[in-house]
Order: sequence, then C-alpha cells, then structure tokens
Amino acid sequence: MSINKQDVQKIAHLARLALTEEDADQYQNSLSSVLTLVEQMQSIDTDGVEPLSNPLEMTQRLRDDVVTEDNRRGAFLANAPQSEAGLFLVPKVID
Amino acid sequence: MSEQSISSLAKQLKNKDISSVELTQAFLKRISMLDSQLNSYITVSDELALQQAKAADALLQNGQGTSLTGIPIAHKDLFCTQGTLTTCGSKMLNNFVPPYESTVTSRIQQAGAVMLGKTNMDEFAMGSSNENSFYGAVKNPWNLNTVPGGSSGGSAAAVAAGLAVAATGTDTGGSIRQPASFCGITGLKPTYGRVSRFGMIAYASSLDQGGPMAKSAEDCAHLMQAMAGFDEKDSTSSETSSEDYLANINASLTGLKIGLPKEYFGDGLDSDVAQTIMDAVKEFEKLGATVKEISLPNLQLSIPSYYVIAPSEASSNLSRFDGVRFGHRCDDPKDLLDMYMRSRAEGFGQEVQKRIMVGTYALSEGYYDAYYLKAQKIRRLIKEDFVNALNEVDVIMGPVAPTTAFELGSKTNDPVAMYLEDIYTLSVNLAGIPAMSVPAGFVNNMPVGLQIMGNYFAEAKLLNVAHQYQQQTDWHLQTPEMAKGV
Amino acid sequence: MNWEVVIGLEIHTQLTTKSKLFSGAAVGFGAEANTQTTLVDLGMPGALPVFNKEALRMAVMFGHAVNAEIGMTSVFARKNYFYPDLPKGYQTSQMDHPIVGEGYLDVTLDDGTTSRVGITRAHLEEDAGKSLHEDFQGMTGIDLNRSSTPLLEIVSEPDIRSAKEAVAYVKMIHSIVTYLGICDGNMAEGSMRCDINLSLRPKGQKEYGTRTEIKNVNSFRFIEKAIYTEIERQMDILEDGGRIVQETRLYDPEKNETRSMRSKEDANDYRYFPCPDLLPVMLTQSYIDEIKSTLPELPSQKAKRFQEEHKLSEYDASVLSSSRAMADYFESANKIVKDAKLAANWVMGELSKQLNQEQLEITQAPVNAENFGQLLVRIKDNTINGKTAKDVFQAMWQGEGSADEIIEAKGLKQVTDTGAIETMIQEILDANTAQVEQYRAAEPDKQKKMIGFFVGQVMKASQGKANPGVVNPILAKMLKG
Repeated sequence: MSINKQDVQKIAHLARLALTEEDADQYQNSLSSVLTLVEQMQSIDTDGVEPLSNPLEMTQRLRDDVVTEDNRRGAFLANAPQSEAGLFLVPKVID
Repeated sequence: MSEQSISSLAKQLKNKDISSVELTQAFLKRISMLDSQLNSYITVSDELALQQAKAADALLQNGQGTSLTGIPIAHKDLFCTQGTLTTCGSKMLNNFVPPYESTVTSRIQQAGAVMLGKTNMDEFAMGSSNENSFYGAVKNPWNLNTVPGGSSGGSAAAVAAGLAVAATGTDTGGSIRQPASFCGITGLKPTYGRVSRFGMIAYASSLDQGGPMAKSAEDCAHLMQAMAGFDEKDSTSSETSSEDYLANINASLTGLKIGLPKEYFGDGLDSDVAQTIMDAVKEFEKLGATVKEISLPNLQLSIPSYYVIAPSEASSNLSRFDGVRFGHRCDDPKDLLDMYMRSRAEGFGQEVQKRIMVGTYALSEGYYDAYYLKAQKIRRLIKEDFVNALNEVDVIMGPVAPTTAFELGSKTNDPVAMYLEDIYTLSVNLAGIPAMSVPAGFVNNMPVGLQIMGNYFAEAKLLNVAHQYQQQTDWHLQTPEMAKGV
Repeated sequence: MNWEVVIGLEIHTQLTTKSKLFSGAAVGFGAEANTQTTLVDLGMPGALPVFNKEALRMAVMFGHAVNAEIGMTSVFARKNYFYPDLPKGYQTSQMDHPIVGEGYLDVTLDDGTTSRVGITRAHLEEDAGKSLHEDFQGMTGIDLNRSSTPLLEIVSEPDIRSAKEAVAYVKMIHSIVTYLGICDGNMAEGSMRCDINLSLRPKGQKEYGTRTEIKNVNSFRFIEKAIYTEIERQMDILEDGGRIVQETRLYDPEKNETRSMRSKEDANDYRYFPCPDLLPVMLTQSYIDEIKSTLPELPSQKAKRFQEEHKLSEYDASVLSSSRAMADYFESANKIVKDAKLAANWVMGELSKQLNQEQLEITQAPVNAENFGQLLVRIKDNTINGKTAKDVFQAMWQGEGSADEIIEAKGLKQVTDTGAIETMIQEILDANTAQVEQYRAAEPDKQKKMIGFFVGQVMKASQGKANPGVVNPILAKMLKG
C-alpha cells in the first residue's frame, strides 16, 4: 500500500511535524513501505476475535480521593522553555 | 573487579575488602578510558556516584544494606532521574532535568546501588541498532564496527565492556534481549506489569517493560529483587506479589519441559546461529530437561501487529513533547502552529517522526478499524498461541535474533529489513510474557543469545533455568578484547 | 417557511472531588497559577494516571438519578489534539464505553407542561487548563491548575425544541447535580458549562438540518439568549436560500451574537483509541446497587412529595424543589407556620423577588428560614395583614430584628377591635356623604366596585393596621344604612 505526498503532509500536520518537500518525498517512501509491511494483516480472518489492548487484561485500580501532592511549581517551571508569573508562555493563542 | 558478579562484589563490600568509593572510582576510570570507543553513556554522573558510594560505605560500615548496596550500575536514559539529565536519546530532551525519580531508579537507589550515569539508546527506544540516537551510535565492544543492538544498546555495551556492573534497560519489542544477545550479556524482559513504568518515558505503553541487564542470570535476579513489584502510581502495575528471585535459582532442571517453536527455526535464521541455539538446548537436556517441538502459528503476524500498535501508542505518547512545558522549542516561532511544527520536527529524529506518522495514520478516521483494531485482534491470536504452548511446556526456547550483530550503517537505508529482524522478540511483548536473552556461544567471534520465554510472572523460573545453564557454561563470562587489561 | 428548532445539549459538570481525576493534586478555583499541578497534570515524561474512586462513585450516582444504564465496563480513551492548555496532547475521556449509558429526564416547563428529554450518555473526562490572553511579552500564558479536574459530560438526545425547554432541562440537570452534591453548580466559576448543538428543519421534515455547536455557554440566561440569536442567524441564512456550515461557534454575551471560532481543530480528526495507561473500569452489581440505596431524595421525588404531603400545585412543587436549598428553606419555614400554601407563596414571592433583586443565593439570605416562618405565623394569626408583612419582611432583611420585635417596635399590630373599627368607618362615611349617596343609589354589581374606595379610606385612616377581614363585613352593613 502506498500513500501520496498529500497524505504525508496531512498526517504530518495532524502530528504537528514540519516537513520540507524533500522530507515529504522521503517519508512518502518509508511510510509506504511500512504500510505495505502491515498490510499482510488484512488477509487474516479475525471475525469474532476480541481486540486485546492490555496483555494482562487486568481492570482499573481506584485511587482514594485524597490530595497527596504539594505545590512544586518552581521545580516544574524550571524545565519550561519560557515562563513568567508562574505561567508557561506560548506564542499568542487566537481563538 | 569489572568482571566480578554482584554476589562476589557484595561479599567483598560487606567484608570491607573493598569500599564502594574504590569500586565506583574504578568504574568511573574505566568509563573515562574506554567509553570514547563505545559511546555507551550519554551522561556520566561522577559526583553523584561518589556521593552515593560514600553513603553506601557508611551503611555497609554499620552492617546494613542489601546485596546492591555500593554496587555501581547504569540506567538507560529513559528512566527519569531527579536532578540528572534525562534525554531519552533525543534532541527533544537535550536539556531535560526531571524534578522527579522513576520508580525503578528510586527502588534501586533505595537498595543502595550507586548510579554511574545514564546510558545511550535509540531515540525514544525506537530502533534495534542504537544508530537512532541524537548522541551518536553506540559501538559493540566485541567489534567496534558492529552495532550493539537496540534500543538499550548503551546499557548492553556498558555491561559487556565492564563499564558498569549491571544496568537497567527497557524492552518494547526486544530492546533488552536483542542488545543483550548482540553484546553477550544476560537480559530479562519481565512480564508486562511486573516492573513499574512510572517515570519511564513511554514509547508504547501497553508493550513497554523495564528490566535488568547484567553479566549473569544471578546478577539479573539481584536487580529484580529491587526493581520488581507493585507500584500504586502505575495503573498497569500488577498487584500479584513479586517473588524472591534468588530463592529457587539453584533448583534442579530435571523434568523441565522445553518447547522449541518450529517457526523460530525457519527461513531467515542464520544457520550458525541455529546451530549455537541447538547446542545450548542439548546442554539443557544434559541437565535433565526434555525437549519437544511446538508451534506458534501466528508468529509472522507479530511484525505487522507490532508495527501498528507500537507506533499508534507512540504517536499519542509523544504528543506531550510540544515545546510548551519542557524540552526543545524552536527559535523565534512565528505563531503557535509554527512552534509546534518546528519544535517537533527539529527535536525528533527521522525514525521517531516516521513512527509518529505511521501511528497517526493508523489511528486516523477511516483507518482505525483496518489498522489499530485489526492489530489488537491479531495481538490476541498471538497471546493465545503462547498460552496454548505454555500449557504444554514450562519454557520456550529459540534464538533472540536471526543473526549476530550487524555492521554499523548496513541497514540504515532499509528500515523495513531492520523491522523484520525483530521477528523473534516482538511477539513476547504483544503477549506480555517474560523472556530472557542468555549468552549461548559465538559465531565468528560475535556473541549469540539464547531466548528463554516463560509463562506470566514466571521470572523466577526463567532466572533459575538460565542460572543452571550458566553453572554449566562460561559464555557469559567472556570478555571482549577491548575491555581487557585496563 | 415554518421552522422547527432541534437542540441537543452537552453539559460539562465539574465534580466536587478533593483531588484530580488522575492525580493527587488539589482541585479548587482561584488558586495561584500552576500551584495545583503534579507531573501527571502537566503531562511530564513518564507520568502515569491513576483513577479517582470518588469520581467514579459520583458518575454512578448521576446515572441513577437520570434513570440510566450504568456501564458495567467502561473504558477511558484518548482524544488526540494539540492545544497549549492540553498538556499531554490528548484528553483522557470516554468514547465507546461511557460510565453512564442511556437515560432520560422529564422536564417541567413554566407553563406546567412536561416533556421527556433523552440522555444519550454521560462520561468522565479530564478538564484542560486555561490560556490567559493578557499580554505576557506579547505571548499567551498557560495555567494548568484546572488540568485533569474531573468532569462529567452529560450528552442529551436532540430532543429539545425550544430555548425555554433547553433552559428548563439545564436547570433540572443543575438541580440534580447539586442535590446529589456531585457538583457545586457554580456556573460563573465554570463548574457547569454547556455546549449547544442547534439546527433547524422545515416543520414536518424528518431529517435533521446541518447543526452548529455553540461552545462553553455558562449561564442559564446566556443559554437562552444564545439559542435565540443562533436560531435567528440560521433562519436568516436558510430563508435566503443559504446553507448552514457545520462549525463550532462562540456566544458573545456583550454583543449578543454567536461567531465562528477560528477552527480550533482544523482537521478535526481526534484519533480516539483506548488509553493504554488506564485499564477498563469494571463494576459489580452490588457496587451499583449500594450507590443507588444511598441516593438522596431527588428534585422530582421531592416535588411529588410536596404535592402529596403539602397539597401544593404541581407548578409550585416543581419550583420549590428545583433547588435543594430552596426546598429546605421552604420546609423549615413551613415547619413553623404549618401552612404550606402560605409558605410556598412567600418563598416563591417576596423572598425570591428580594433574592433576585440583590442577586443572592438563598443560602445567603439575611433572613433565615426560622425567622421567615415566624413572620408567616403573624400573618396567619392575623397579627398583621399581608401588606404590613411585606414592610416587616423588608425591615427584617435590613437586620432590624425578628418579626415580633419589629411589629412591636413599630406598632404594626392589626386593629381587630370591631368597636374601634365601627367608629373609624362612621367618621369616614360622615366625611364622604356624596360617595355614600352614590353608593346607595347604585346597582348591586356596581356597588361591589365602589366599596373599594371605602376600604382604601379605612386602611389609610388605620395606617394599614385594620384587619380587612373585620373591616369588610362591617363596612358593607353600615353602607346599607
């Protein structure tokens, strides 16, 4: 299965990855070959097979509703590329 | 000292024949002398290591501590370590110093081990050769022109070259076992849920599992004593109580039923590797085990299933790397979208971007059923194969990889070929069972690993089986030339 | 053309847990930016979610309250999109297997009619953070205190046909969640927010028209106004032969208009898939039953009880029970006066009027239910008449004391002494002989109207203290002459 360059750009946009034209060419090839590789699944009959998303098929454990964490804003903000007044800063968001 | 086992070192530390500071200094010296050839460490934390060594010595002085107290080990650079750079092999986290500690590293630290540093790896654990690291490829100590395997290649190379007594690794599709095999060390991928994933930077959440990498099964058992067990901070952590991994390590293998899946010995397997594996199996027969052929009919499907599930989960797991709260942000973003697009394109390497795109595609509208859901159904078929087989036999054996370590750069142009090399390891992660790689011989002076797979939560059994084999063989005691005489 | 409005609502209610949905950070409004966050809420590398037990219990309570099926197995899914206030790049929500399945609510409208609104589902999800657009070096600031706060999103069927019905439905949900104590209902602080899906179709047509979604409307009044303006906007387009664009819109209360949001999620492909960091939530029947058995009395049950026990009309009962605080106030006051009709009239009348005027919640009323009840007792025992009672109520509201203290201090006690009243009436008749003549010459049905003049004069002369019940028959008799 192969995909075209527009598909590649569309996926890259969804995934927020800036691709140059060259990148897109290259990814078009490599994505197509991966998709070809996974294509062989389609020939397998999986009717009536329940999908398995967790190997142990355990169930969710519940946490008591208690506050266990202190405020560590300073430590977390230390890794931020840009911050001010306790806020993470990003280029202007326009709704 | 660099070739000694944890048991032996622990004894000398306890008897004060050596101090942890001396031991740590010796390893730091080896790293500074040898690692320029290997590039197995991204960060060497000398200061912290010596601090921890001093603290360990103080404990030992009072007759306290565990068998890991004072033992210098290394951590794969995707375990978050508080105050120590944690890069995940990526430019994206070039400057990331976590303000928190992963459960695995915290437990090992609690046990008193000394952290020498953080080991190199394929970026975000995506790769089987360690060539996908922003910090450069790692070399195999057995032949510097070959790869150490991946993604835990730095850990494997460091342990093989005596640059750490042992190391942690993670295994999503073979990332502990394949590098262990290529570098001639012992590695264990535990049952999914056995070792906490908290603080372990996620690649594919339903497949990732941390585990020990060391010279021997016994050393792995020592690490498992500290690493394994329930963690309330990880919803996927199993509440099944963890075992004493050393208690039955000496049990006899008489009557052990070994299954050899015929699909593991078909086309594509190097004949010398096949012979090495069969020789190892014979050794087990000598130890009283019986062998029978079994079948894992859906083995081939593990490749497509894995290469849909892992990238899908990864595409979502890696969305948090957006340049907002941590990690790389591009220079002068012209707007928000530009910041996202360029920060991520600059921060992630090609293989990571490719897998993110594969996953994004597989989950996108109109494709979900054909890709993701289909892969999850096949995943169940693969699990059922193992469940059926393990009703008949105690352990399953086979090769870890079709060949020994390949040359650097030889497969970078054909990534799909590289994916096919994972054929013997992927299915274990899909099923969630534990498996080991155990040194079983050499082909053209390059190590070959025997894979031993077992039932859910049978880690102690696997370690027992591997340890008994290692009592009879010395493949795990071999040292690469470059590491000798230093 | 005659258009039919089709409305479906998604209501996000913030649950009143102490800690977040997936982390042990505190939940609260108004804390300093980013001080109520953990590595989980910030989406730090390696952070993992663990599900809050209390959020689950609250969701199940709600399910019971709307007659819904409870999901024995519910699954968290990831909704993937990039936005700066969404730290992980996905929102953990529920898609195919929500905790609350199909249910319904019977909604009573102002005109007393009832309509049934279907509830499609209610699911648990985490809230996002907040973008602050004040100027920070020309940039936007991100506060993630709200990130991972538990929300229950309640999705209705497109069963609603008018703005009034929509508001009645939202009010009912509001009263249910506050009755249950699972949401504080504070819409101004964003504890309850409403997305309105609205479309028009020619009356009689089966197929739905193209809908728009108005996001994040956060008051009853705005919901009503947003619906009216959006109906108008869509109708204008359709009548001109245009087509409605399916899009997300924002209601601007200042301009009273809806406008298109610069498509927040341009491609709109959320790539939902089960969250691999969380496992299926499995419930037992005994857990579900136990929660059902501990449910408090719900508004509809209370309304029914008010009708039966207190003989109130359906309308009065439903208004009084719409808020738990109001129902409690009514019941406390009634316990003292023991006249449900009187108590109902006064709670829904004077008290509600005063609260509205001052924009206060009933819990903030300066007159408590007991004192209010004492005031009603004085009306019932004829100490004061209704008109005087309103003045006394005002004085109580201003903090001048209890009803009895004010009546005493101001000498407002009603005159019921017939002798005194007769004297007063005689004086009035003597002073208004012309009117008396006219009255006596008039037809009986005209007389009924004319008597009002004399009653007014008596009230004036008595400064409102004459008991109308005593005045009326005496006056009628004396006018006859």
